[in-house]
Amino acid sequence: MKKALFLSIAAGTVLTFTACGDNGDTNNTETDNNAAETDNNAAETNNNEAGNEDGEEAAQPAEDQTLIYARGGDSVSLDYASVTDGESSRVTQQIYESLLSFDEDSFEIGPGLAEDWEVEDDGLRYVFQLREGVTFHDGTEFNAEAVKLNFERWADPDHEYHFADEGYAYSVYGTQFGGFEGDDGHVIEEINVLDDHEVEFVLNETLGSFIQNMGMSYFAMTSPAAFEEYGSAINENPVGTGPFQFVSWSKDDSIVLEKYEDYWQEDLPKLDQVIFQVIPDNSARLTSLRSGEIDIMDGLNPDDIDALEGEEGIQMFERATNNIGYLGFNEDKEPFDDPEVRRALNHAIDKEGLISLLYAGMAEPAKNLIPPDYLGYNDDIDPYEYDPELAEQMLDDAGHAGLEIDLWTMPVARPYMPDPERAAEVMQANFADIGVTANIVSMEWATYLEQTEAGEHDLFMLGWSGVNGDPDYFFGNLLHSDAIPGGNRNFYRSDEVDSLLDQAKTSIDEDERVELYEEAQEIIHEDAPMIPLVHSIPVLAGSENVQNYVPHPQTSEPLTEVEISE
Amino acid sequence: MLAYTIRRLLMLVPVLIGMSLITFSIIHLIPGNPAQTILGEQATPQAIAQLEEQLGLNEPYLIQYFDYVGGLLQGDLGQSLRTNADISREIWPFLAATIELTIFAMVFAVIVGVNAGIVSAWKQNSLFDYTAMLIALIGVSMPIFWLGLMQQWIFAQELGWLPAFGRSNPRDPVETVTNFYLIDTLLSGRPDQFWNSFRHLVLPGLALGTIPMAIIARMTRSSMLEVLRSDYIRTVEAKGIHQMTVVYRHGFKNAVIPVLTVVGLQTGTLLGGAILTETIFSWPGIGRYVFDAIGNRDYPVIQSGILVIATMFVFINLIVDLLYSYIDPRIKY
Repeated sequence: MKKALFLSIAAGTVLTFTACGDNGDTNNTETDNNAAETDNNAAETNNNEAGNEDGEEAAQPAEDQTLIYARGGDSVSLDYASVTDGESSRVTQQIYESLLSFDEDSFEIGPGLAEDWEVEDDGLRYVFQLREGVTFHDGTEFNAEAVKLNFERWADPDHEYHFADEGYAYSVYGTQFGGFEGDDGHVIEEINVLDDHEVEFVLNETLGSFIQNMGMSYFAMTSPAAFEEYGSAINENPVGTGPFQFVSWSKDDSIVLEKYEDYWQEDLPKLDQVIFQVIPDNSARLTSLRSGEIDIMDGLNPDDIDALEGEEGIQMFERATNNIGYLGFNEDKEPFDDPEVRRALNHAIDKEGLISLLYAGMAEPAKNLIPPDYLGYNDDIDPYEYDPELAEQMLDDAGHAGLEIDLWTMPVARPYMPDPERAAEVMQANFADIGVTANIVSMEWATYLEQTEAGEHDLFMLGWSGVNGDPDYFFGNLLHSDAIPGGNRNFYRSDEVDSLLDQAKTSIDEDERVELYEEAQEIIHEDAPMIPLVHSIPVLAGSENVQNYVPHPQTSEPLTEVEISE
Repeated sequence: MLAYTIRRLLMLVPVLIGMSLITFSIIHLIPGNPAQTILGEQATPQAIAQLEEQLGLNEPYLIQYFDYVGGLLQGDLGQSLRTNADISREIWPFLAATIELTIFAMVFAVIVGVNAGIVSAWKQNSLFDYTAMLIALIGVSMPIFWLGLMQQWIFAQELGWLPAFGRSNPRDPVETVTNFYLIDTLLSGRPDQFWNSFRHLVLPGLALGTIPMAIIARMTRSSMLEVLRSDYIRTVEAKGIHQMTVVYRHGFKNAVIPVLTVVGLQTGTLLGGAILTETIFSWPGIGRYVFDAIGNRDYPVIQSGILVIATMFVFINLIVDLLYSYIDPRIKY
């Protein structure tokens, strides 16, 4: 068995050698506008088919269509809206689908369980036409009532399927839709079933990210019959409409899914079985990939990337970046209340050096808060170049030469900051070059978050990851004065920026949003409340015979099109 | 014997109370607000306040403690903050995985360790003795994560003989009843799966058993050396009984007590979950269960996990104590 597998990998290597190059190109494709409207389902399907043909030219599908996806940790819950960890949505994206869906490698929105939608009353009313002939894995039909029930159960803490008494909380719903039923900011006023396959959302306030939210895996559709059957145990008995249905879950070990035979997309999915296997140790995971026991692995050590480059039987995938790692100033403290000081320190950090040392090159230097392929990303911003002499001069002019600062360093690694301690040392050296003494301060994670929220710090290191491709999730949470105390640990207060962000948040006109965000970024750049460091690019590795796998910036993706070649 | 057993069981009560107190307070000595830690950097202040309320973190410590112990007495280990599942239900598969691995590792360690120790003592200062004791020395000082990674590299990646991760073939999940895979596979009449699960045990079992094996070998050797020098052995030998019988039957029986102590202690330690082995070999055991919970500040799981581990340790010690008097009737209490 093992030997056969090994041979098939070797054979696959030869056969798919050309396909590898193609894959690389696909991954690097830049999406210029993630929110451009696509109401053209046909075009999307054509693209996918074209992609498949390329794959099939290179290799024949293998007999055993089982894919083992190895990852570092287990899912927390398969009740997707009640948790926010990436390992849960990685699995639920296979089982469940949302009304709308994102493009395969960007946040461009397209049809999902809803074939089409209309925006009416200037963004206060959305009507979704649901796809017909879609069934849940338990055989029941997907319809407008199911949509209404799912949304109402998240919105209403007293709903019988909200499971508040069992400790369930749907915080993502609150974040994305301005709170819960009864809250002031809650934007969804009512949901009406117009007919069996038509549902209407009535809003009491416009929400710029409403359509983007509908594509999020957190707002997918569960079978109403399953709520009745399983109650709060729905988190271990998921029933959706997706390409794969749930088979078994052995905690901290593996989750097994199998092909849903009545899936609404013809001839999909291609895999018969998908297994999400937990292998906590990064090196052990790589060994298992090399021995052919697994097909795709997440969480490659940056140091292993070089070693894997060009290795026989292995291909690498890059996930588009969807985060920011930054160094923030506390504007409530001297001398960081002086924008000239903040700008001076912005010139002091060698981002390229940081990227080559800590990210093995797999990151982009940041000049704005949002990742580059986001709606409204202002590419005309002229970054603060790394220039120690200029930085020293500017600091001297501002009357703060030889400044001594506390550099707060986060105690845990994050995707945007794989090795915070070393990053702090690198930046400490950068600061020393301009005569600034930086003392590295570190503490326990919870304390770190509390104290920075309370404004005890000078400079602090932190980051943020996107969820639905909407810029408001970054700006609103990190730089709006309403987020003090909270995510705005820079204590940045700008009435101008606040008003731009407010307008952009409620506007449903895309061009207008782009303009507003671009303007906000100019002011933010000038005010320099933070040093944007990097947007990191997560790298995955897989066996050469995995075909059509395209990582999504959302940290996981449906494996509908993926197939194993011989 | 019965009276002694009952007395020992009663003595466990204060020990268990002490343990619950300690596990309870450790949690509250960790700095930082648990709600903040659980929710992370992207949490809103409202969400944090809500979670604090939900967890009863605003209650006085004493009330939190009595709530906890009250639950324990009813067999309720609480609910995981992360998964919302009942811990008493969730913990068993992890515990079973660890017990299965521990038994495999200890059987290996005892068979190899005891025999190596006996032969080394019997053939003292021979080449075998020197080699065995050198290997034992290396075994004791071997960093287990390094050993594990080397095993994976050689036997999984290069030779492809044995699987590198998990308890069974993920493509063909085992139907669980007891969660001991070697038993479950036989119950469901799948000898192929039994063989597969056994193969999965080999690498982590050997890695985990190496240190206990080395310790047992050294302990057996020194204990045997003492016994083999005693007068009665010379008498037995003088009677012309076969050397093998002398060493194993007459010798080892009297040397076994210190070895048993070591075996008991090592078993208890391994049952606590060998976090390194479990991590490297992706073994879903109790050590990783608790370790993950620490990382996620899943307070009820940390408390209950440690309590279960400590309880097992206490009971293993009890069993060893009772075995002493069974093996050597001269030991009276």
